Amino acid sequence: MSGTASTLVHVAQPHRRRTLADPPWLKRTLLVVAIGFVALFLVIPLGAVFVEALRGGFRLYWAALTEPDALAAVRLTLLAAAIAVPCNVVFGLAAAWTIAKFDFRGKSVLTTLIDLPFAVSPVIAGLVYVLMFGAQGWMGEWLADRDLRIIFATPGIVLATVFVTFPLVARELIPLMQAQGRDEELAALTLGAGGWKTFWRVTLPNAKWGLFYGVVLCNARAMGEFGAVSVVSGHIRGETNTIPLHVEILYNEYQTQAAFAVASLLTLLALLTMLLKSLIEWRHRRALLAAAHAETRTFAS
Amino acid sequence: MSIEVRHAWKRFGTFTALAGVNLSVPSGRLTALLGPSGSGKTTLLRIIAGLESPDATSDPDSGKVLFHGEDVSNVPAGRRGVGFVFQHYALFRHLTVFENIAFGLSVRPRRDRPTTRQIADRVNELLDLIQLSGLGGRYPDQLSGGQRQRVALARALAVQPRVLLLDEPFGALDARVRKDLRRWLRTLHERLHVTTVFVTHDQEEALELADEVVVMNQARVEQVGPPQEVYDRPASPFVIEFLGNVNRLERGRTAAKSVLYVRPHDIDIRREFAGEHAVPARVLHVFSAGNYGRVSLSRGDTGDTIEAEVPRQQLRELNLRDGDRVNLVFRHVRLFPAEGFREEDLPSEPSASRDAGSGI
Repeated sequence: MSGTASTLVHVAQPHRRRTLADPPWLKRTLLVVAIGFVALFLVIPLGAVFVEALRGGFRLYWAALTEPDALAAVRLTLLAAAIAVPCNVVFGLAAAWTIAKFDFRGKSVLTTLIDLPFAVSPVIAGLVYVLMFGAQGWMGEWLADRDLRIIFATPGIVLATVFVTFPLVARELIPLMQAQGRDEELAALTLGAGGWKTFWRVTLPNAKWGLFYGVVLCNARAMGEFGAVSVVSGHIRGETNTIPLHVEILYNEYQTQAAFAVASLLTLLALLTMLLKSLIEWRHRRALLAAAHAETRTFAS
Repeated sequence: MSIEVRHAWKRFGTFTALAGVNLSVPSGRLTALLGPSGSGKTTLLRIIAGLESPDATSDPDSGKVLFHGEDVSNVPAGRRGVGFVFQHYALFRHLTVFENIAFGLSVRPRRDRPTTRQIADRVNELLDLIQLSGLGGRYPDQLSGGQRQRVALARALAVQPRVLLLDEPFGALDARVRKDLRRWLRTLHERLHVTTVFVTHDQEEALELADEVVVMNQARVEQVGPPQEVYDRPASPFVIEFLGNVNRLERGRTAAKSVLYVRPHDIDIRREFAGEHAVPARVLHVFSAGNYGRVSLSRGDTGDTIEAEVPRQQLRELNLRDGDRVNLVFRHVRLFPAEGFREEDLPSEPSASRDAGSGI
């Protein structure tokens, strides 16, 4: 035993410096594992979507996309996103502004509540709306009397989409605004700018990259959401089907090629989101680098 | 434009930042609010600016802020006519230097707003003033700390404020830039004569730059006066300890206990006998870098450590070695009653300045 230990120590000594730069075999193994994993779980399935979608040729692919039910699904998805994203922008800005720039009672409660939609399963989020607005729900009778439909109709889909995307913009903005502090706003205030002018000319321009990033993420989630929307939709073809729901229906009806064709739309959306995300991060990093550079020059001068 | 603050109270939770502070700043002067961190000086400055509101008390006059006798307590910060320079400058990072300086003029309501041409002239004039002409197109993160500081100052001056308030204006700068900028600010003040208040924790900065120093400690004002007076005639043990190095010696032999303060440069070191008031001491160590040599000594009777500062020339003549026995003559001392004793406990001339060596 002691012999082994001493050998280890003996061997370890000359190698100590090389441990800082990992041995080449370790690097290679890790790289292979990582690439293999990404290929197996991401690249190959993603490629499969397009391969399957185009299996019957481009004409069939186009037909699957332009068929009336598919177009209706696309329209509904765009509508839901077009409502959910602005709602979340307004809410996210308001929430981030109050949390980052003011002190008030219950601030930590609000911060935690914003994250709630991430903690709740989307199915439950959908069910909550069914319980509230459904025919047997709390407000079901009241709504029925006035001939208002929320569940199994477009408003329900919009509500569910807003719910699941709720934290996305706020969560991007809060840390950014907190890091920036409130000195610039106070400076604007002492220079005679009112609250509104301060918001448009100082707060919003400073937060624009965070906001843009939040919007991109929010949009991706709004268009891709399945669970919550599925519960409130009722799957009425051409009426309450969003793209993800339409894909599921086609797939269940063994229209594999059409299902993959429509799915490829969502995949393209994901790729576009990733592209925008890296673009924003790249810009952001450049700004950070410039700031760091200026900082070092401050110390050097 | 004189500034007056009456009896301001401010608490943050359990922490008291200001405990009934009165302040009066003369018109056209450069005044320093000097104190350690947590003494309430920044809070006071922010109350003057209208960025913070004083706590309400039963006294209706409490917390009033007056500019030139006019009550501005209920005037919002943007309309008080103050220029405020933040500790970390708070420049608008998405705007150029030019746009930063122009901000205060360009956000005015349309009827009060100068024309684009007038704004540009004003900004260029200020860029000249802060010696940054040609850098108007840069962004704040492309500037050095000292340059940012000057842009912040120009931005505050652009709206022609009635008073200029600076929060730790040199706090974030390194020593050399700080010294240059200090001198530059002094010259600028002499040109513009805007009533200026600045906050600092650096006593050297306050004494060198200000016409008047307000020393603050634990939410209260300890002393107000011109730098020379505050330094030479400190009103309390806190002030003497805060304004530069000082030796604190217990004077226990008299019936009433008191504490004696002597500045290192007010101590004469003699090898020969120097009268019965002189204090015998032993040399512990001699540091002789710089213009002045610093000698640390151990007092013969009590063993207290005393620091003395002696000019290089004199130090050479004395030729001190560690362990040498010497006599100390205090040229100038300050006497305060010891903690827990009131002033009237002292036999005579409470807390007054005494001449060399009296009754030690």
